[in-house]
Amino acid sequence: MLRSMVAVNVLLAAAAVIRAPSLDAVPEQMLAFAAFGEPMLIVSLVALCAARTWLLKLGYGGAYALIAVFEVALAWAFHEAAGTVALGRETMPFLQFAAITVFVAGISLAYFDFRARALSPAIAEARIQALQARIRPHFLYNSINAVLSLMRSDPRRAERALEDLADLFRVLMADNRTLAPIGNEIELARQYLAIEELRLGDRLRVRWKIDGMPADALVPPLVLQPLIENAVYHGIEPSDKGGEIEIDVALAGKQLVMELRNPVPAGGAKHVAGNKMAIVNIRERLQLHFDAEASMRSEVKDGAYLVTIRIPYRTTAA
Amino acid sequence: MSLAGSDAARILIADDEAPARSRLRDLLDECRENFELVIVDEARNGREALEVINREKVDIVLLDIRMPEIDGMEAARHIAGMAEPPAIIFTTAFDAYALKAFEVNAIDYLLKPIRAERLLAALNKTRGGSPVSRAALDAAANQPRRHLSVHERGKITLVPISDILYLRAELKYLTVRTAQREYLVEESLTRLEEEFDDAFVRIHRNCLVARAAIGGFEKNAEESESGWAVVIKATGEKLPVSRRQHHVIKEFK
Repeated sequence: MLRSMVAVNVLLAAAAVIRAPSLDAVPEQMLAFAAFGEPMLIVSLVALCAARTWLLKLGYGGAYALIAVFEVALAWAFHEAAGTVALGRETMPFLQFAAITVFVAGISLAYFDFRARALSPAIAEARIQALQARIRPHFLYNSINAVLSLMRSDPRRAERALEDLADLFRVLMADNRTLAPIGNEIELARQYLAIEELRLGDRLRVRWKIDGMPADALVPPLVLQPLIENAVYHGIEPSDKGGEIEIDVALAGKQLVMELRNPVPAGGAKHVAGNKMAIVNIRERLQLHFDAEASMRSEVKDGAYLVTIRIPYRTTAA
Repeated sequence: MSLAGSDAARILIADDEAPARSRLRDLLDECRENFELVIVDEARNGREALEVINREKVDIVLLDIRMPEIDGMEAARHIAGMAEPPAIIFTTAFDAYALKAFEVNAIDYLLKPIRAERLLAALNKTRGGSPVSRAALDAAANQPRRHLSVHERGKITLVPISDILYLRAELKYLTVRTAQREYLVEESLTRLEEEFDDAFVRIHRNCLVARAAIGGFEKNAEESESGWAVVIKATGEKLPVSRRQHHVIKEFK
């Protein structure tokens, strides 16, 4: 939906630029096109949406022909209406008009067909599986080492650590293609951090700001844990004194906003390449699940590394 | 129970994680039956490890690679410059780059979690084996050091790279100039130029200047074949620029 609206608007703007007699006339032309194009776009989207199941039965060629005819008819109706409203305005000949409409509809359909093929469920699933966050081997071996060190001195704590580790790996190795509640993700993050705390002691400090978090909001599994792992690896471990990681999850309107902050230690820029891997991975998974409605940003702000993720607030699978 | 004799190996444990240190202690205790040893001290990073080595006699260092402040790799490079360096046994959980570099340069290491038998074998190997060479460590390192080390009477003094104004080759040694004083180190100017490519610029066959230390350039300088000299901001010293390196002046203008 969002994509088609953006695409048609871009085409309208481009057409306005082409049609305008001079550069100064571009905004005016754009406005004229928009006044005409936007209502048509909305009516088209609503109609196509309603006729979706029926169109699907026709197959690609049939549906395309039908949509083209429908769009031309719709455009003609709008054109006539516009002609009566804006008297004296130069109107376009029908053929030219129909050609433009078929062209725009064709481009849009071709684009969506290409996109659907690229992201067809099977391919998307395979990609999500391939993209599933992989934990650093560094973490696994160091954790086992820490647990081994506790075996003799503090068997109870060693037990708990192994339980946490087991839970963490259960999720890591699970089928993570479907969305899961953020509450689960937070629990997982806590277990992960408990293991890291074993190794790093008071060098690792965590501040949770999740009072306003809707625990039922659905997120891609392992959307936070790899980022927290990054924060520990790049923000805490390289520093002698350690530092604080801040995890902030809240609802902002109809969006779930997740923020993760960690300090940037002196000379810590050298691991940036490793950092990007996790970011790219999560960004792609967000896109596969939410398309353009999710966003992810990472930046250095006030001496801290900040990652912000926004996704639509959903509690049931779409 | 036998008291550790004078030939007992004196061991230093260096790791930033407390559980990892305590695990090594447990394992060393297990090795005692077959290998006479004393644990001299523990260090939480490379800097602390070098301090212990300056203070105490150390025969073997168990050195974690990934540590804050000064990592194991840099600490090892400073240690290897000593006249009688302790043996180094690297320990690491996983570090794809380091492991590959170690294999290529035939440097031994222990993978965590470490087994007592492997540790014992590594300890035994230090007896009679030749220590890891500075050249092998330099080749295996993937990052420039943050310090140069000055070795005087068995002690290691660290000079932060960021404090250095210029480096000048003099006969066998290299003079390291900071705002406060001068040090002599055994290093090759060419190798330092490669290692600290970003921070230093060559102005003469025998001289590298820290880019940050350059205050300006002076024309018609004495003792300069090109007629130009670099003026050091902090000390006002003038260093001749050779004709071949004359182009660097343009870089700064």
